[in-house]
Amino acid sequence: MCLAVPGRLLSIAGEDPLTRTGRVDFGGVVKEISLAFVPEARVDDYVLVHVGFALTVLDESEAVQAFDDLREMGELLEVEATRLRENSDEIP
Amino acid sequence: MTNDFAMSCPLRAGDQGIIELAHGGGGRAMERLLDTIIRPAFAEPMLERRHDGAVLAIDGPIAFTTDSYVVKPLVFPGADIGTLAVNGTVNDLAMCGAQPLYLSVGFILEEGLPIATLGRVTASMREAARTAGVRLVTGDTKVVDRGKADGMFINTAGVGRIVAQAAIEPSSVRPGDVVILSGDIGRHGISVMAAREGLAFETMIESDCAPLAAPVLDLIRGGIAVHCLRDLTRGGLASALVEVAEATDFGIHLEEKLVLVCAEVNAACELLGLDPFHVANEGRFIAFVPRADAEAAIRLMRRHAVTNLATVIGTVTDGPAGQVACRGPFGVSHIIDMLNGEQLPRIC
Amino acid sequence: MKFRDEYRDPVAAHALADAIARLVTQPWTLMEVCGGQTHAIVKFGLDRLLPPEVSLVHGPGCPVCVTPVEYIDKAIEIAARPEVILCSFGDMLRVPGTEGDLLGARAKGGDVRFIYSPLDALALARAKPDREVVFFAVGFETTAPANAMAVYRARQEQIRNFSMLVSHVLVPPAMCALLKAPTNRVQGFLAAGHVCTVMGYEEYEQIAARYQVPIVVTGFEPVDILEGVYMCALQLEQGRCEVENQYSRSVRREGNRPAQDVIREVFRIVRRRWRGIGEIPESGFGLTAAYRDYDAEIRFGSVQTVGEREEECISGVVLRGERKPSECPAFGTRCTPERPLGVTMVSGEGACAAYYRYRRFDSAGGKGG
Repeated sequence: MCLAVPGRLLSIAGEDPLTRTGRVDFGGVVKEISLAFVPEARVDDYVLVHVGFALTVLDESEAVQAFDDLREMGELLEVEATRLRENSDEIP
Repeated sequence: MTNDFAMSCPLRAGDQGIIELAHGGGGRAMERLLDTIIRPAFAEPMLERRHDGAVLAIDGPIAFTTDSYVVKPLVFPGADIGTLAVNGTVNDLAMCGAQPLYLSVGFILEEGLPIATLGRVTASMREAARTAGVRLVTGDTKVVDRGKADGMFINTAGVGRIVAQAAIEPSSVRPGDVVILSGDIGRHGISVMAAREGLAFETMIESDCAPLAAPVLDLIRGGIAVHCLRDLTRGGLASALVEVAEATDFGIHLEEKLVLVCAEVNAACELLGLDPFHVANEGRFIAFVPRADAEAAIRLMRRHAVTNLATVIGTVTDGPAGQVACRGPFGVSHIIDMLNGEQLPRIC
Repeated sequence: MKFRDEYRDPVAAHALADAIARLVTQPWTLMEVCGGQTHAIVKFGLDRLLPPEVSLVHGPGCPVCVTPVEYIDKAIEIAARPEVILCSFGDMLRVPGTEGDLLGARAKGGDVRFIYSPLDALALARAKPDREVVFFAVGFETTAPANAMAVYRARQEQIRNFSMLVSHVLVPPAMCALLKAPTNRVQGFLAAGHVCTVMGYEEYEQIAARYQVPIVVTGFEPVDILEGVYMCALQLEQGRCEVENQYSRSVRREGNRPAQDVIREVFRIVRRRWRGIGEIPESGFGLTAAYRDYDAEIRFGSVQTVGEREEECISGVVLRGERKPSECPAFGTRCTPERPLGVTMVSGEGACAAYYRYRRFDSAGGKGG
């Protein structure tokens, strides 16, 4: 139940946390979204949007860490694949 | 402004700037509407003759088609119901391998429609007809009660002269043929959705509504063996592919990465939970040509602005019959099918 | 688009699939709970990238599928009233009730409109004070804050012509019900990342401990799902049963507090019937007493339970992950999206519909070779 999409916060309108809205850019399409659940959101943050509400501010450092882990895994696999290729006549 | 106490005096109809029932009544009010709005907008000599019908002479086999247009809202980024009504019928004729020549126009107007809107739509139709090289030679106007027509409905029927020698239809398709898609998909459906009340979002996307006869005729006259053509409309790319596949005994295999979707259409689809393959288009088509002709066909199409992104997206295979399969980004294929009804935004 | 495209990278996906293949030494059965994850798996063919040892079953993650038929019937009944504008998410419009669906109700003259956000329904109520706007509020916890906010604002602004027909469901009780069943084969879970964005994942720690199953909070893009599978399989291989968070860019252990506050203000936990599964105690949200004036069941009459009918449809079995859609004898023959026997075929997120759209030529029951 779960179609939530990331977008970049372009601007914020309103003072009242409950009715604060922001214009969010989803990659060429901009829609006004409620920021009621993300009082900490600032312009240029990336937010996750579901049915017109931002549910969270996406954490870039977590994302970077996750991809570093993946790259490491990919490199380990590549090292092993290279080793296998060098030790065998057949291309896997 | 005087009230309705003065009875149905024909001289008053039209003074309020909206369409009234009298405008469809066949009397003075209607004549005035035709004289002041419709005929001047179309600027067509045949209409000035005021016949019940247009008398035309066309050599050789003709193609004949009709379509009705009920789009809501009437006006959206890049086009309106009038542009749609002309280009839609022009394109159906082009898909038959015909040079579009003459169109009829039937208006069903809702009581209360602003006359300025009718003026805008008729002006669009004139422009579209001029761009497409067709003439709007006959027509009809009716008015229905408030609430019965979403503003306006338009029917257009068209005739064209067949230019292709061989039959352009599914039965001409052969395994090994390539499938060419004339451009990027999804612009029309998204532009209409963006204009709908309640869904509104800011975007630069405009409808791709455009006439396709010029590149099609170029292909035919350029000696390309065009086996089949199909323009993409309400059901999107998916419906067009499935219709052709099911009408043949063959299958179609596509590469998803070759189907162009612009970033804005992609973003709108992600936001609303839509699949671009099922989003409406109004200025795109698929062409089935022999593999040997593919390169020449692409070159010809890319000379026209409306088809300058033409790309081979797949091939016709031996089977399974009627199956359209699409290979995705991870190398796994999935089936492309028609939807049961209209694609709706989802949250799930 | 940042935070999306990189999670669809084929190189990363293949690296993860290879890593999973190297990792597993025995068969494991995992369940993903959310319909959005099912959709991604079937569409991108992620299960085909996995080694044969890893079996993915699809859980009851489609709130549309599990909405009891009596709520659809009630929505249809309410929509037929001339003063009512019935607003709903698009997903619900084609789900069959006892007789027909909401689109059919529109064809018969009901004013039924789909909306993108619950706030759109509220705006409609403001714009049309002479009409009764009723919003069909379904969903998991992901959608609960938005639905709650609509009725919270309605009450604050004293908008009288607005009410909600609420049929919310909760994920953890459903997981427990599945794990308790004697027929359960599921050994590990991919928990729904957007549900957990709202609710956090503290409550899953008890479930993991009690039933000794690893639970990995997982996102929705291909790389997320494969990473979730990897982490879950690793736990199983190592004999651990903890809650881990794959979707850490979006999910925090405590979840979203402002969202939870609004939920707590507006909703209370109630028992709910899940279509195809039956009643699960304390598995849904209903409106609190303070909001009874906005409850469509109070305004228009409460929903009458309809008994589960004996049918050919095995959607309950599919929703519990006990069988795959392609294993149903009616799949693709007597049951298709045009003539569905049950909800999992009608709803776009239903497992049967997903299989039919993307996979049917693989199954014995489908057409073609």
